[in-house]
Amino acid sequence: MKIKTKLKSYNSPTFLAYALIAPAAIYILCIIAWPLVETIRLSFTNSSLAGEEYVGFQNYEKMLSSKKFNKIVIRTFVWMFFSVSFKLVIGLIGAVLLNANVFGRSAFRVLVMPPWVVPIAIGMLGWLWLYNGYFGIIAGVGMRTGILDGPFGFLAYKQSAFISTVISDVWVGTPMVTVFFLAAMQGVPKDLYEAAYCDGASRWARFYKITLPQITPVIITMSLLSAIWTFNSFEIIWILTEGGPRGATTTLIIDTYKIALGNYKFGRAAARAVVVIILLSLFAGFYFALLAKINKKVSNE
Amino acid sequence: MNKYNISEKIFIYFGILIFMTFILLPFIEMFYASLRPLDHLFRSPYQFFSNDLSFWAYKEMWNTVPMLGRYIFNSFFLATCVAILTLLFVIPAAYSYARFSFPGKNPSLYLLLAVNMFAGAVLLIPLYKVLRTLGLLNTYQAMIVPGVAFLIPTSIWLLKSYFEKIPIELEEAAFVDGATRLQILRHVIAPLSTPGLVVVGIYAFIGAYAQQFLFAISFNHVKEYMPIPAGLYEFIGYQTIKWNEMMAASLVGIAPVLIVFIFLQKYIVEGLTAGAVKN
Repeated sequence: MKIKTKLKSYNSPTFLAYALIAPAAIYILCIIAWPLVETIRLSFTNSSLAGEEYVGFQNYEKMLSSKKFNKIVIRTFVWMFFSVSFKLVIGLIGAVLLNANVFGRSAFRVLVMPPWVVPIAIGMLGWLWLYNGYFGIIAGVGMRTGILDGPFGFLAYKQSAFISTVISDVWVGTPMVTVFFLAAMQGVPKDLYEAAYCDGASRWARFYKITLPQITPVIITMSLLSAIWTFNSFEIIWILTEGGPRGATTTLIIDTYKIALGNYKFGRAAARAVVVIILLSLFAGFYFALLAKINKKVSNE
Repeated sequence: MNKYNISEKIFIYFGILIFMTFILLPFIEMFYASLRPLDHLFRSPYQFFSNDLSFWAYKEMWNTVPMLGRYIFNSFFLATCVAILTLLFVIPAAYSYARFSFPGKNPSLYLLLAVNMFAGAVLLIPLYKVLRTLGLLNTYQAMIVPGVAFLIPTSIWLLKSYFEKIPIELEEAAFVDGATRLQILRHVIAPLSTPGLVVVGIYAFIGAYAQQFLFAISFNHVKEYMPIPAGLYEFIGYQTIKWNEMMAASLVGIAPVLIVFIFLQKYIVEGLTAGAVKN
């Protein structure tokens, strides 16, 4: 009995528990939580390098009534939609291929990861060269095969720049999606497949009826997570196009950054950042609701 | 059941070939461009092969951008500082989450996940102002301080799962035998959790190495402190961009991270995907 009470004091010392967490918590409060609150306050001022004054909802009124801003919001979602869809589809196909029991698959599983690990800023240098209209390999192959009649700068035209940034973003995001899908596929109980095989189910039927339903929770989680990351994506567009040509690749994040650290109009930029924060909170809300649902389902089973 | 016939095998390898081409094309192109002389790079019509490939760019780049060595050092220095600081903050917190139950435990864990979603770019404005008030703009700290904050949440989750794998009975036995908490920490927990600490440390290092660019271009304009991802853009400042040297320098810049990652990828991937596989 004595040992039990002693152990209880060892296992649930509330003060110690909080004390151990405190440094990390305080750090995050200072560097992330406080700036979040400060962003909201700044959005009601005309803050710049010169100083700041309270201006009420002026920043919001200007922002919401500008046609350009509405266009940017729509563009952000279109960009996100294409990017996330391609990441999921290519990631799923990649995971199926790397899950196939063929020679060399463990090597392929490692080779898929570099875009995820390498600093985005450096990976994008490679893409800058690839998209070069005269000397990049894409234009080169295009000209040699006759698909292109002449040099074509992929980042110089509105539509092709938009597509190019999506492709590069898919390139950065696909490895992680692939790795998570692969991990989920390996977690599917083997006896399910064996039973289906004995019943004469084809490969496709086994994928469609077993693999896909079994990894659905991971697919949904990953789509939300990659939606959040894509929404936040800054470096890829910034390095490839800086939001150009003529604003064709300016997403919310790029717009916010330009106004904040390009023009030092902190107040106006903060109003845009608040829109970003609200949208992100909505995504986060969905994500947690979903996690709770999945956890409940798992614990019921 | 897992045997494929020839045509299926060809189909699978063909699919893998296309998939891998997409993933590796930028790296292949970077490497190939780094080997070609500059006037070959700028030759029209496009040429796939040339017979004077050399590693010349790998020598010349140090002259074109004299600070290149310094940039690489900066990157290492910054990433190492961030990783060590992150561990210092994360170890006690992760241990507490793994071992103790206390009011507010689960909500705060989920809050940490939510924090993860607010990437650096949204918070740049107040961060810029904070760093300016503290007089930290254009210093190493300008890139270290925010870097640590954004790595803490995931690192806590990762390390927590490693601590949870250490059987609590070991600690209880030592405690009943009269060991103090500090002794338990030193003789029971520390040795058993070393592999986990290494993995989380590497994760933080790679993460810090990757996120330097944003903080560097936003908070630092001093060349001496620039990390390599931002320093590489100095090549663009010349009249003709020396693409071959820039690509060579890029590859040299990413090699260390890639090598570290390839050796430890199994553990990092296991740790990160643990949540996905559990159900």
